[in-house]
Amino acid sequence: MSSRRSRSRQSGTSRITDDQINDLVSKLQQLLPELRNSRSDKVSAAKVLQETCSYIRNLHREVDGLSERLSELLATTDTAQAAIIRNLLMQ
Amino acid sequence: MNPKTYHHISSNPSSVKSRFTRGFLRAFKKIKRQQRPYLYGRVKIAADKSLALAVGSRRAWSRALLWKIHYKAWRQRSRFNNKKKLLKENKKNKKNKKKKNDDEEVGFRHAKELRKLVPGGEAMDLCSLLDETAHYIKCLITQVQVMKSVDQIYSF
Repeated sequence: MSSRRSRSRQSGTSRITDDQINDLVSKLQQLLPELRNSRSDKVSAAKVLQETCSYIRNLHREVDGLSERLSELLATTDTAQAAIIRNLLMQ
Repeated sequence: MNPKTYHHISSNPSSVKSRFTRGFLRAFKKIKRQQRPYLYGRVKIAADKSLALAVGSRRAWSRALLWKIHYKAWRQRSRFNNKKKLLKENKKNKKNKKKKNDDEEVGFRHAKELRKLVPGGEAMDLCSLLDETAHYIKCLITQVQVMKSVDQIYSF
């Protein structure tokens, strides 16, 4: 924890240019299925960030759902069956 | 550990994927062997931990995620309630100070929200926040893909 704090303090001194920000925002935009196909000059940075937040939230929800499913599977699959699958996966 | 860099060379996504798959399956097997309760939480933690380990310590978000997992485990083991409160207060103070720096200057209201979603985001400056977010999203997509295929194989 302490190392992280000191690091953030160091980097706080460097100036951030608008170009850098725009570059990073357009990179983010390319990752969003909702905004990927629209031109970058037509989408505001705020919109990109908003979509990013909801996209991450969706992904988190998906991971939660999958964890739940997988734990149900763990509870139900019998050991013999799981062993076969394990062997298949480990090949 | 490396000092902060703004290079956008992300680690090779396919190798993160294979490392994550291997690590997650190993953890999955371990959970299965032990057959202890609270499986849901343990699968979730295994998935997050494997992802962070697959990415390694180069990324701030993966370091923060690992730290969070360890901290949670430590907190569950010990019951130092006073200490917990203290840490929480420290965090709050830090957050308030940080927010005034770049976010409002650049006019990103949603950066605040993003900081809560990306592990370790509260301690980052805006530039690294955006950079880390992009990498984090890529890794989350990989995580979902792998977990989906594990699910498919297992439910056959």
